Amino acid sequence: MPARPRAELLLELADDELVLGWRNSEWTGIAPFLEEDVAFSSIAQNEIGHARALYELAAAELGTTADELAFDRSPDDYRSAPLVELRRLEWARTIARHWLYETADEIRLAALKAAADPEVAGLAAKMDREEAYHRMHAEMWVDRLLSTEEGRERLDEAIDELWPYALGVLDGGLRAQLRARAEERLGRALPEVEPIERGRHEADLAELWEEMTMVRRSAPAGAQW
Amino acid sequence: MVYEVFRRERAGQPFAHAGSVSAPDERFAELYAREQYGRRQESVALWLVPRAEIREIAEFPDEFDLKYRRVDGYSIKTRLKEARERAGTATG
Repeated sequence: MPARPRAELLLELADDELVLGWRNSEWTGIAPFLEEDVAFSSIAQNEIGHARALYELAAAELGTTADELAFDRSPDDYRSAPLVELRRLEWARTIARHWLYETADEIRLAALKAAADPEVAGLAAKMDREEAYHRMHAEMWVDRLLSTEEGRERLDEAIDELWPYALGVLDGGLRAQLRARAEERLGRALPEVEPIERGRHEADLAELWEEMTMVRRSAPAGAQW
Repeated sequence: MVYEVFRRERAGQPFAHAGSVSAPDERFAELYAREQYGRRQESVALWLVPRAEIREIAEFPDEFDLKYRRVDGYSIKTRLKEARERAGTATG
């Protein structure tokens, strides 16, 4: 990990988990079948739980609160990767994003678990124990999609579309690992593309932010629940 | 495939039927069962059984009405009353 303030690093991770958790939760009630609906919603809840723990760690350092960090910043101040911001309510793309994100996240968490900062390393290890189940879920879906011609075509198309975004989740030094793992798993070369970097945002984020912060903004004194 | 799910609520307790999950294979069934019957810490263990592997028995013929073999036994109240009357010790 390059040297950057710890709070900034924590906010990147927290924003990724919050926004992806929100995006995944958009499937609640409309996932392809009931069992998947329950499982995917549970994954979404876990991601938001991780975001809360990360915001709390950052908040202690910045002298604020997790809720203020999650809801009171303007959309431009979020540090999330464009990958998690995309609104793609289509199952092949959802699974492709889920798998790309979990694969990138595993690489990122492995680096953080080895961090000198015990709070960061400890939280990364704790998150990773839950992420293991998210990875299992994503890998099982990839297996199924790869097992039929139609599934493979739809997965390939979605992965190619999302690949530059996936690279942007990780710091430059970790991207080669993501490429190696993804290419080995999919059994094909992935396009050489410019990564879509963190820092700029997808237009979809503003819409998500409106919805996500609506309740809190309706009570300026600070909604409590 | 449908899998019947049994769960153990606390160590030492017997497994009890919890419900079922529909899943394309065993791995998905495990994952879905874990999410539906375990993620709230409501179980310490789960059993998954493919529904097709379950043998159901639902016929229990009792043509001669052998009441005395039933779990609730047979009522002796009437017979006891008759016996007491015969012996002249009826208590009402």
